[in-house]
Amino acid sequence: MPSRLFLDAEDPWVNWDWLLNHVPYVLDALEQHLVLTVIAVVGGLAISIPLGLLAHRAPLIRLVVIGGFGAFYTIPSLAVFALLVPFTGIATTTTAEIPLIGYNVFILLRNVVVGLDAVPREVLDAADGMGYRPRARMLRVELPLALPAIFAGLRVATVSTIGLITITAVIGLGGLGQLINQGLQENFRTPLVVATLGSIALALVADLALSAGQRFALPWSRQA
Amino acid sequence: MTILGSVWQWFTNPANWQGSNGIPTRLLEHVQLSAESVLIGALIALPVGIVLGHYGRFGNLAINISNAGRAVPSFGILVIAFLVFGLGDLPVIVALTALAIPPMITNSYVALREVDPDVKEAARGMGYRELAQLLRVELPLAVPLIMAGIRSSAVQVVATATLAALIAGGGFGRYIIDGFAQLNDAMTIAGAILVALLAFATEVGLSGLERLLVPHGIRLLMAPAVRRAATFKVA
Repeated sequence: MPSRLFLDAEDPWVNWDWLLNHVPYVLDALEQHLVLTVIAVVGGLAISIPLGLLAHRAPLIRLVVIGGFGAFYTIPSLAVFALLVPFTGIATTTTAEIPLIGYNVFILLRNVVVGLDAVPREVLDAADGMGYRPRARMLRVELPLALPAIFAGLRVATVSTIGLITITAVIGLGGLGQLINQGLQENFRTPLVVATLGSIALALVADLALSAGQRFALPWSRQA
Repeated sequence: MTILGSVWQWFTNPANWQGSNGIPTRLLEHVQLSAESVLIGALIALPVGIVLGHYGRFGNLAINISNAGRAVPSFGILVIAFLVFGLGDLPVIVALTALAIPPMITNSYVALREVDPDVKEAARGMGYRELAQLLRVELPLAVPLIMAGIRSSAVQVVATATLAALIAGGGFGRYIIDGFAQLNDAMTIAGAILVALLAFATEVGLSGLERLLVPHGIRLLMAPAVRRAATFKVA
């Protein structure tokens, strides 16, 4: 890792020379950030959609899973990392992803259930009248109509995840959070500013991309 | 089992219940930093959100600010505040306040916007002046969602205050960060348990306060604000 002596009163907010000389280093951190984000969001989707379909039909399951993941969502990520490290190790993807996926399950689950709840009774009756079997009705009528709500949750989950990943710097990962940590350890502003702004920019770009993707993939969704 | 045992030992060790690194002191630090930040944040955010919501102006800004707030990495903001303000409580309070403001603006804006226009018209018809209408008709109806915003902010502030230990601050985060540094698993886990309990207590306590503040009749009319308030997580 590139290092630098500090205690420079004239330290500018962004030292462009340093930045230009550390492009690959910054890109590596960005790549780790993206990989951790994709795992957390895809993992959250993979769990929340089937769980949401179940919760939509069974009120007891809904109460238990939304309550359970809601309680987990309240726990600060640093606390979850601290609880996991003795068991799943420091600087492991598992330690980083368990809380991130868990938080995303909560965000997405709520939206899956709300989206499914909002499918009008008449639509279900029409599908039944057309001879859809329950499974086909679920997959080809209900889920597509719930997708706009799921997409809204996906955007919230993605933006939150990108911010939270910086905290994994505490357990030796961090993506762009590594640079924030370096800025802290070396009292050096450039990596700190680059990583903070970079993380914000990444979140905004991901949000815009998902919103564009939604318009393209789900032309039937009327609003974002 | 051995880890659980050592955590139990840590909690039952009287040394961990006294002095400047004892649980009561760390609890006080954590709660004080969080409460001050939420209070300052509320004093800034609520008037802004309430006024914007009352007049229905700058809606995009009021709603998107919590989206933007979600994108801000709390760790980065804390470290920037640390490099600007140096050691002490000030950088922590500045960073926590900045994180507390967006959800409170959005929720109080939405709360005021959601007041039924018929109710406002009825209030006007009954001769309420604008200020009286805002204070005595709109605000009581908006309290559930405003409180949900405060709760959401407060839980995140308590969570982020844990990170203050990274910039040499106090609070329960101290046990986690020092536990990592000293490879003391018992202390790390004990810190994590304390932090989680405090976050839960904040959530449950403010939900209770919400129940006390919302008149019974209004509560019956409204879907639980919990379900309508946007989720917010930055730490």
